[in-house]
Amino acid sequence: MITIEDLTVSFGAVQALRNVSFVAETGKITAVLGANGAGKTTLLRTISGLKEPKTGTIRLDDQSLVHKRTEDIARLGIGHVPEGRGVIGEFTVEENLRLGAMMARVNLLQGLQEQYELFPVLGERRKQHAAKLSGGERQMLAMARALIAKPSVLLLDEPSLGLAPLVTAQLMHTIQSLCESSDLTVILVEQNATSALRIAHHAVVLHVGKVVANDTAANVSANDNLRQYYLGLVE
Amino acid sequence: MDPFLTSRIVTDVLSGLTNGVTYGLVALSLVLIWRSTGVLNFAQGAMPMFATYLGFAFLSYHFGYWACVVACVIAGLLLGGLTERFLVRGLYGKPEINPIVVMVGFLIVLEAVAAAIWSSTPRSLPSPFSAIHWQLAGKPFALSPFTVYEIATALVVMALVAALFRFTKLGLQLRASALAPEVSRLLGVRVGRLLTLGWMLSTAVGVITAILVSANFFSGLTPTVMDGIFAYGFIAAAIGGLESPVGAIVAGVLLGVVNQFVTDFVNQNAVIIIALGILVVSLMVRPSGVFTKSSQRRV
Repeated sequence: MITIEDLTVSFGAVQALRNVSFVAETGKITAVLGANGAGKTTLLRTISGLKEPKTGTIRLDDQSLVHKRTEDIARLGIGHVPEGRGVIGEFTVEENLRLGAMMARVNLLQGLQEQYELFPVLGERRKQHAAKLSGGERQMLAMARALIAKPSVLLLDEPSLGLAPLVTAQLMHTIQSLCESSDLTVILVEQNATSALRIAHHAVVLHVGKVVANDTAANVSANDNLRQYYLGLVE
Repeated sequence: MDPFLTSRIVTDVLSGLTNGVTYGLVALSLVLIWRSTGVLNFAQGAMPMFATYLGFAFLSYHFGYWACVVACVIAGLLLGGLTERFLVRGLYGKPEINPIVVMVGFLIVLEAVAAAIWSSTPRSLPSPFSAIHWQLAGKPFALSPFTVYEIATALVVMALVAALFRFTKLGLQLRASALAPEVSRLLGVRVGRLLTLGWMLSTAVGVITAILVSANFFSGLTPTVMDGIFAYGFIAAAIGGLESPVGAIVAGVLLGVVNQFVTDFVNQNAVIIIALGILVVSLMVRPSGVFTKSSQRRV
């Protein structure tokens, strides 16, 4: 479980996040929604230690993550799939996966086998450089690289960005299946609110760094004001 | 074929091979630092020179050759690590010209300090093997126990570096840290330590080259002993591709052989012109290097 309380993050004089508080429950998908510049990516980067908060706390269960180094946070079991996927194009598919498994001390062969079963196309292209994969395949590789370490929390930053609707639907289905089959906690940052709300249990809506809604996904989805003014979903 | 010409060609090939392995080793150390930290180190000749002076200072205390070699390598590891930690660390993520300018400055400082401490007079180093050429059918043959030692050392170091990057977890982490430091950190890789380690290993490989070059009777150890070698090593690294340890050695050896033929059959003054000409042509044909796959990073 990730607990965030009164989190404020600044870039110089600009406050990217203002007193953000919410809880991402174990085994549930928490969607973080909002327009461009709402602070969604900054939130994930702060959880991962890539950005230092000005004030506030972030806890993984009872353990504080604030002031910890990014690599130490990753070693605690927080997998982060960054915006733009972050696969290493110069590495083969298998090298990317080996890198993901390295710090988690998991059985590499078993981990590779599991990921190739989850994403068969990666097994077919294991020797291919990641730079040569399609956008959807890169997203699968980025997710597989995070999952091979068997994280307890998965932070997904705009996984549907630039993907065809069919590929997005497949990805969302995979995320949902993963959550149902394990105790994986997912914080899903998305601009594609419809797709995210369809699979999420809980939703947090950010607007210029502030939380404007923190409720079940069903309630957020049913709230016309939120849909219209903050999520750009017009019927 | 005229026996004299045959003998001349064989001699040129073998002499070129001996020079070429030193270019290859310098190129290899450049590849090592590039692949593990993404920086082109223009002090890659001066740092090993300085470490070699430090290590062979133990000769005065009656240490043997191999003990001094170990001391040189340790000095190289320390110098590489300290340079990364205190000089280069703040330059990552800055424009690519910044580390280049800083390392050129560091090269000048190291050579000046070495000259101030140890003077510019060539200092002869001991050699564990004879440099007297073997004879074949009563005639001198362009190989000696020392040149075989040089070639064998280059091959062993190349194999170790290639194996490090290709087969080990450490090699994978070193490459990942250089290519994508932020993503590597998100995967739990301790990037800061690996960058330091990359510089340490690279300087240690450079030290091995400096020891071999300085043991040459004609050059000896001077503050500028590595300058010319570095230039050819740099050309070899660019031709072979900064991503390829094998390419670095092969390009270095070929460059050494070509240089020897140009010296023998054309003019010694034409050597650098021909070498730069080969560099320009190879960069025009394959900008990422002859031995680097096109999908890898271009430089």
